[in-house]
Amino acid sequence: MDLVLLLEQTLNGLQFGVMLFLIAAGLTLVFGIMDLVNLAHGSLVMIGAYLAATFTGWTDSFLIGLLLALPATFAVGIITEIVVLRTLYQRDHLDQVLATFGLILFFNEGVRLIWGPVSLYSDLPSYLSGHVEFIPGAPYPVFRLVIIGIGLAVALLLYLIVAHTRLGMLIRAGASNREMVGALGVDVRRLFMLVFGLGATFAGLAGMMLGPLTSVQPGMGEPLLILAFVVIIIGGIGSIRGAFVASLLAGLLDTIGRVFLPDLLRTFLNDAAADTAGPALAQVLIYLLMAGVLIVRPRGLFPAQSG
Amino acid sequence: MAELALSVSGLRKSFGGLRATDNLDLDVEQGELHAVIGPNGAGKTTLISQLAGELNPDGGRIIFEGRDVTRLPAHRRSALGLARSFQITSVFRSLSALDNVAMAVQAHDGHSFRFWAQARRQPGLRGPALAALDQVGLAGRAEAVAAELSHGEQRQLEIAMALATRPRLLLLDEPTAGMGPDESGRMVELLQSLKQSHTIVLIEHDMDVIFQLADRITVLVYGRAIATGAPDQIRRNDVVRQAYLGEEHSEVPADA
Amino acid sequence: MTRLQFRIALVLLLMFALVPPLGALFEQPFLSYFFARIMILGIAAVSLDLILGFGGMVSFGHAVYLGVGAYAVGVLSHHGIDNGFIQFPVAVLASGLAALAIGAMSIRTSGVYFIMITLAFAQMLYFLGISLEEYGGDDGMAINRSEFGGLIDLWDPMQFYYLVFGLLALFTYLAHRIVHSRFGMVLQGTRSNEQRMRAIGFPTYRYRVAAFTIAGVMCGVAGALLANWNEFVSPDYMHWTRSGEILIMVILGGIGTLVGALLGATGFLLLEEYLPDLMDLGAQGWGEHWMLLFGPLLILVVLFGRGGLYALLTRWAIRHG
Repeated sequence: MDLVLLLEQTLNGLQFGVMLFLIAAGLTLVFGIMDLVNLAHGSLVMIGAYLAATFTGWTDSFLIGLLLALPATFAVGIITEIVVLRTLYQRDHLDQVLATFGLILFFNEGVRLIWGPVSLYSDLPSYLSGHVEFIPGAPYPVFRLVIIGIGLAVALLLYLIVAHTRLGMLIRAGASNREMVGALGVDVRRLFMLVFGLGATFAGLAGMMLGPLTSVQPGMGEPLLILAFVVIIIGGIGSIRGAFVASLLAGLLDTIGRVFLPDLLRTFLNDAAADTAGPALAQVLIYLLMAGVLIVRPRGLFPAQSG
Repeated sequence: MAELALSVSGLRKSFGGLRATDNLDLDVEQGELHAVIGPNGAGKTTLISQLAGELNPDGGRIIFEGRDVTRLPAHRRSALGLARSFQITSVFRSLSALDNVAMAVQAHDGHSFRFWAQARRQPGLRGPALAALDQVGLAGRAEAVAAELSHGEQRQLEIAMALATRPRLLLLDEPTAGMGPDESGRMVELLQSLKQSHTIVLIEHDMDVIFQLADRITVLVYGRAIATGAPDQIRRNDVVRQAYLGEEHSEVPADA
Repeated sequence: MTRLQFRIALVLLLMFALVPPLGALFEQPFLSYFFARIMILGIAAVSLDLILGFGGMVSFGHAVYLGVGAYAVGVLSHHGIDNGFIQFPVAVLASGLAALAIGAMSIRTSGVYFIMITLAFAQMLYFLGISLEEYGGDDGMAINRSEFGGLIDLWDPMQFYYLVFGLLALFTYLAHRIVHSRFGMVLQGTRSNEQRMRAIGFPTYRYRVAAFTIAGVMCGVAGALLANWNEFVSPDYMHWTRSGEILIMVILGGIGTLVGALLGATGFLLLEEYLPDLMDLGAQGWGEHWMLLFGPLLILVVLFGRGGLYALLTRWAIRHG
């Protein structure tokens, strides 16, 4: 087996994994604390990407574009929470699924209205678009390394918040037993708003990283959203640690699967068929993992909820 | 000696660090009404849940009429003749009282993979259902939607559903919970009549009810059975009194 | 079924029956074509209402059976077997097996886990469909309509329409009988209070899996019909947004009424077809962005549409005697 290829793909898997984590972290918090199934979380990824691309275009600086897009996405998240999501907390999951499905339609069309249906492409600044050869013989894109770095930094930041701040304590308490937090006199409304805003920002950040890698287009968040849901089910609803572990697992599984599955399939399929089937079936792996985990651990790997 | 209706030995159940059932032994004789009492948190409902098959014990054995049912799921125990009523009313709220009881009848009338004939029109279901409702005194409310019944009527419905499964052993979890004196009185009368034909394990807080009905009493404290015997013996038992001292709602009479 | 439910169903079916002659009268052949699709998706919606409205199972992967049924027809057609007498039974068998397998695994979970796992299985089959280069993969493949050897000619829009109509009426009636049978009572009881059902002696798991399978088969037939209607199959039939749409149809129409599912399918597809035109009336070019209105409309229906179109109709009917 080609070791260099394996290392390369492992890094790609890590990069995909941390991006998934950025999305899954917000999702699991919102689900764990507010018991809200939010299908429109993927839309926040998309909105972050669009905002970053636009601000970068205006200011001609990727960094400034990013720094402007982050609070802007936070604002969009807060507004969405206040206008729509607040009314859904008391509803059952079916209602939430449908209402947020409606939000997806609205956001996708809104984005199409404002930016047009054609994909946007954003260029990376020169200092991010090069390659680094720290694996001998395999130059690896700097930007992907930066993504991994940012992702791990966010994970660390979240860990610090959750483990060492008052907000974090409320988050842990809320994820474990949401009624108690309200009973303790905490302004639950403000907590929810903040948690949602935080999650939205992280999702937007994922989109901002994703934009230069692929492109920015309507509906770009949906495939990732589904994966993120699978990830938080595997990790355990409400658990950031679970989301982290499961995201990395998913990223690695998907990436390595994509590369090696076609080869595996070539042994009994013709080349063209194997090349089509490989990547598609690689995506099936993560669902198989979820099914497997649910059979053995019905509450996920690190369930946060008590009782 | 007649076969025991129920024989529990060494039953254990822990939730994290909390021992809800702590090496519990309990024997219930055929035809008796065996009351289980104890302060709040003694593990009474946990016990019933394990006896009914809702909860899996960590250890110990449950023998029902000579048969080891410890690992048997709830629906299989029901088929064997074990019926349970719930402390917190657990009925089919959107269905009528008659439908509720008919459901219980249906559960014991063969399999339900019947897709064509309308269930509500079947005398095989309605008949026994009405009879059970009549037995508990709810015949007049057969068509009322369960959610609209008064609390006391819902408790009666609970019993009717348990009865409709033609059980041999009834596990009743606080049937008089939340009832006023009139309703409690009616429930006691009902239970008196049921005593003739069923073995009953009764969990209750109301000591008046207990002393009117129980053949034997077991006292549960922190998941252990600290005393078992006839009501008079329990009344005079020092260990029991100590357990109840400081209990706000203790109704164990001070004199025999 | 209440008298009102029955009457609404009758009126709706009458309306469907009259579409082709009315279409001929007004020289709008598109009408039959369009309403055939409404009826096909109506069958799918009724099958979902069976498990959702009466069984309490929120399946977010129901469109997968549309796909399985469609591909049964498509794959056989691709290999030269256009005989409907072979294709349709295969569609029934395939969707039944798929539903049995998926149901057996999913029904071990509940709540949001159930929603997610049904979604996951749907995605798996969707990706499987994309991966099959032989059958068009991502692009899908064109197929011929099924042949029934002279008994009925599906290429004739009239005959096709009334076949679908007949199946719709049949399936709705079957669903009605199932729901009120002993089996249906078990389903309803399990939806209401599963713990109590077990306590009184029902092995609930097997009944839920059975219901799930029946719904899957019904939806599979709808899929076979849809493949015929489109003369085309693609993995898109199984995309999760399709499942979302069927769910919306059931909710829009009114959960747990069967007739509601038909109302919802009609309402949803009429909106989808004519909302853009309506919006263009307001201002030229707006119609293109009909989703902008449709999305929030959905949210409003969820928040305020207690009981859906069915409840609306019943309230109106009661007020007017």
